[in-house]
Amino acid sequence: MSEALHAEWTKARTVPGTIWLLAGVITLTVSLGALVTASTKCGSAGCGQDPARVSLTGIYLGQAVVAVLAVLAISDEYSTGMIRITLAAMPSRVTVLAAKAAVLAGLTVAAGAVAVLPSALLGRLLLPGNGLGYPLDGAMLRAVAGSVLYLGLIALLSLGVATVVRESAVAIGFVLTLLFVFPIVAHFVSNTTWQRHLEQIGPMTAGMAIQDTVNLASQPIGPWPGLGVLAAWAAGSLLLGGLMLRLRDALPARRH
Amino acid sequence: MTTIAPYRSLAPARRAGFAQLLHAEWTKLRTVRGWLVGLLLIPLLTVGFGALISSGSECGFMYPAPNGQFVSGPCSAPIGPGGELVQDHFYFTHQALTGNGVITARITALTGPSLQPWAKAGIIVKASTTPGSAYAAMLVTGAHGVRMQWNFTEDTAGMPGFVSASLPRWLRLVRVGDTVTGYDSADGSHWTEVGRTTLAGLPSTVQVGLLAATPPPTGQGAVAVNQAVTSTGAFDHVDVTGAVGGSWQGIELGRSPGGGDPGGFQQTGGGFTVTGIGDIAPDIGEGAGAGTPITHTLDGVFAGLIAAIVVGVIFVTAEYRRGLIRTTLTASPGRGRVIAAKAIVLGVVTFLLAFIGCAISVPLDEHLLRSHGNVMDPVSTLTWLRIVAGSAAVFAGAAMFGVALGAIYRRGASAVCTAIVVIVVPWFLAVSSPALSATVSDWLLRISPSAALAIQQVIPKYPQVASDYLPSDGFYPLAPWAGFAVLCVWTAGALWLAVHLLRGRDV
Repeated sequence: MSEALHAEWTKARTVPGTIWLLAGVITLTVSLGALVTASTKCGSAGCGQDPARVSLTGIYLGQAVVAVLAVLAISDEYSTGMIRITLAAMPSRVTVLAAKAAVLAGLTVAAGAVAVLPSALLGRLLLPGNGLGYPLDGAMLRAVAGSVLYLGLIALLSLGVATVVRESAVAIGFVLTLLFVFPIVAHFVSNTTWQRHLEQIGPMTAGMAIQDTVNLASQPIGPWPGLGVLAAWAAGSLLLGGLMLRLRDALPARRH
Repeated sequence: MTTIAPYRSLAPARRAGFAQLLHAEWTKLRTVRGWLVGLLLIPLLTVGFGALISSGSECGFMYPAPNGQFVSGPCSAPIGPGGELVQDHFYFTHQALTGNGVITARITALTGPSLQPWAKAGIIVKASTTPGSAYAAMLVTGAHGVRMQWNFTEDTAGMPGFVSASLPRWLRLVRVGDTVTGYDSADGSHWTEVGRTTLAGLPSTVQVGLLAATPPPTGQGAVAVNQAVTSTGAFDHVDVTGAVGGSWQGIELGRSPGGGDPGGFQQTGGGFTVTGIGDIAPDIGEGAGAGTPITHTLDGVFAGLIAAIVVGVIFVTAEYRRGLIRTTLTASPGRGRVIAAKAIVLGVVTFLLAFIGCAISVPLDEHLLRSHGNVMDPVSTLTWLRIVAGSAAVFAGAAMFGVALGAIYRRGASAVCTAIVVIVVPWFLAVSSPALSATVSDWLLRISPSAALAIQQVIPKYPQVASDYLPSDGFYPLAPWAGFAVLCVWTAGALWLAVHLLRGRDV
């Protein structure tokens, strides 16, 4: 397994795109967070907003780049034919996927931490001046650390999807649809029961519950159970990906 | 001795014209199975998600009750003389007037708990007491001075300033045939004409009298603030000349199911006080009316847009992955023309498929929404065509944007991600994220290509109707075609960059 990890780590760090994508995760997360944080103005009565959610809004964009990073980790191997060499060198396909998942999760969590901390810091600096208190308590710590974990789980979910779909453009389209479809449908339906259930089962809506620090009782799902739902999606997609990787030919017949 | 002539194609020599290029791209598009599946997903996802959302949208309108709470009730909205859904809910103290006549009143106060800027009290000439019937009214308002309003959508300003005992307002309506003219005055002797309108088909006998109404408060968290809202007008010098029949009657026009309206009137000497809630204005949906704008039948568009983007991107990146791009550029060395041909072929095909999808989605979702108790705002054929064809054009623009990004990145994942982040995510954030301030949401929908969804806006923003006018209720910061132009600028810019890069690069 350690050889597999080493091999995947070598691939990840020598592919030119990786460093740019990681930088993209950090830049997009921090800049959208800064924009939203700076533009939030609350009156004396407060505006019912969650300071953690406001300062960490950048995750909505950052996760899209995380998904690209994860999708490319596997689909690039298919598009270049590298997968044949990888599987020749490491015939245990589950090991390959596990090593990829571990390296990817490590990279994402590291970049996520670098992205989330400045966002939280900006919230702490700017939001109290705009009428929104920013307490540094357990709930805030949970929101900040949980957002990093959220990005890691999004990477695993995307890796699983890409292992099944293989074609990178389709995989990323599928992942982003899966993430955004639940909150959009929940927003438009007026039936409150539907709304609550959609937000409870959607990977993004449930996972983002980890950012809740106020009005926890009125949220559709609690912070940790919410992250658990996302973890279940990620586990399910990796499981399906691993199964397909085992069952299928490494490369479909190609038309040259 | 025989010489063997080398093989020559029997096809006549021809220029590699643009028509042949279009034909080549069309052949590619229709023969790759994955692309066909993607193209078919455009209408399927649009219709499917639209139907799903409509099935989960039961109408339960929250009617303001006198105690400041809101009472849920079935949705209903009358249709005004202009054919649109209207709110026609106010307290009406009225008499019948046959033929020509004049109603004059002096109003000395407009009061009420948390008086709203568009709280109203004044005089009115109305075709009948049936909700939705034609009318013309002279009103004093909470914060917008004297207004003349008629037939729900029209509004003209009269004297500015707030009414009080020391600054009373005299209001007058003169009815001659179908024409009603409104006047205001500070002293009852010097009159200024505010407006004149012809109410088509006004019956000989009309109802004239005094009205009071107030819309509920708007703004962030307004519904959560349980404040009792009523408006009370104090009138004196009330005078109706003409063939007047009967005594003064009071009626709560419109309805407030289960609310037990607080409206009423008292006659004291020569004066009246009239108290009412509700509004007499166009129904603009969420918050200000019970109707559902037809825009909501196209809520599934976002899912189809993602499919259009993906197809647009892989229409180019698959050529790179398979090496087909070399063949393509050998056959047609003009690189700008290749990109143009791809964009045109895909744009046209996407437009047609998306048009079919939207043309199915609108009537289907209208039916589903109606069966869930929603009242749909009727639209003209022209508006119907604009939102269906306009939405289809947005799909085409998104697919062409995908083509451009595919050529720029040459890698599917980054191109699809960029297109979705630029088109769908800003719209998502602006429409449904509570963390974004209204200013940021507005700007996102001005500068990102998702501004193009303004093409689906059907109900205008009325200055005389207080509402939040949120994007999620179908109100966009840009005018329909201006919003669409934003997408065109993005797509044209991306296509230009794609051609520029393709010319400078090795394949």
